[in-house]
Amino acid sequence: MIRDAETENEFQVCLGKNRKQAVKKNDFYLAAAVFAAAFVLWAVQRLFFASEGERITVTQNGKAVGSYSLREDDMLTFTDEAGGKNVLVIRDGKAYMQEADCPDGLCVRQRAISKKGESIICLPHKLAVEVTAGDEAETDAVAR
Amino acid sequence: MRQEIREKTAYMGVLLSLSLLLSYVESLIPFYFGVPGIKLGLANLAVVIVLYWYGWREAIALNVMRVLLSGFLFGNLFMIMYSLAGAVCSFLMMCFVRKTGKFSVVGVSISGGIFHNVGQLGVAVFVTETVAAVSYLPVLAAAGTVTGMLIGLTAAEVLKHTKGYMGRKG
Repeated sequence: MIRDAETENEFQVCLGKNRKQAVKKNDFYLAAAVFAAAFVLWAVQRLFFASEGERITVTQNGKAVGSYSLREDDMLTFTDEAGGKNVLVIRDGKAYMQEADCPDGLCVRQRAISKKGESIICLPHKLAVEVTAGDEAETDAVAR
Repeated sequence: MRQEIREKTAYMGVLLSLSLLLSYVESLIPFYFGVPGIKLGLANLAVVIVLYWYGWREAIALNVMRVLLSGFLFGNLFMIMYSLAGAVCSFLMMCFVRKTGKFSVVGVSISGGIFHNVGQLGVAVFVTETVAAVSYLPVLAAAGTVTGMLIGLTAAEVLKHTKGYMGRKG
């Protein structure tokens, strides 16, 4: 069987012998570097900031809407200027979005939050729920 | 020359419909990890392929058309804005990384995956006017690397098999 150079090359490719040129070493360095950086960031977050939070702060459209204690079970409804609704539930020291009429519904699928810095975001309604350390908020409330 | 333009137009159309199809397939996969913003980015496969076959101008055209059409077909105006930010951010990064010449398709696709997520995170911060979403950055960066790598390896395979037949001759 006679094969010309091109067919031969194709044949080799099919056999997986020309794989070397496909991926460069730098690609792996890049992937490894990003993974390392992400891991360090994540570890720092976990170790230094991930204590259980006491309160949640709700912001809508960049303005603080309210601050609630995670210790008291509650059911809160937030409405944006266009009438979009989000129902936030606080139960057993955790907060989660129970219901929302936003188009993507991603906020409802986000995990329950309880650790400092964790957040639930509902982009269509410009709503952000963030866990904050209890003490400062408490002192603030007392000071006022 | 005319022949080449005709060919290119036809293939761009095929790839645009491929990217729309991939967007649709992706919307069917319940691929969810409890963190917002993580997705496979299957449609980026078509963008990467066009970037290597024809160049950045053609890839931009495909990218914008894809976001607009899939937004109107499967989403809404808000989602168009959201995914356009990711697409633009990822695309600029892919062009830059490709220009350096130090990386293959896989590296280019990885950087695209990461910066797609960074772009969307940027929108989240901009829209909510709080930095609350930034805590997702490590997870999103790692996820972008993995999905970018999968897309990149697939693209590398496609490019290898179409070498000499497709795109700029020579």
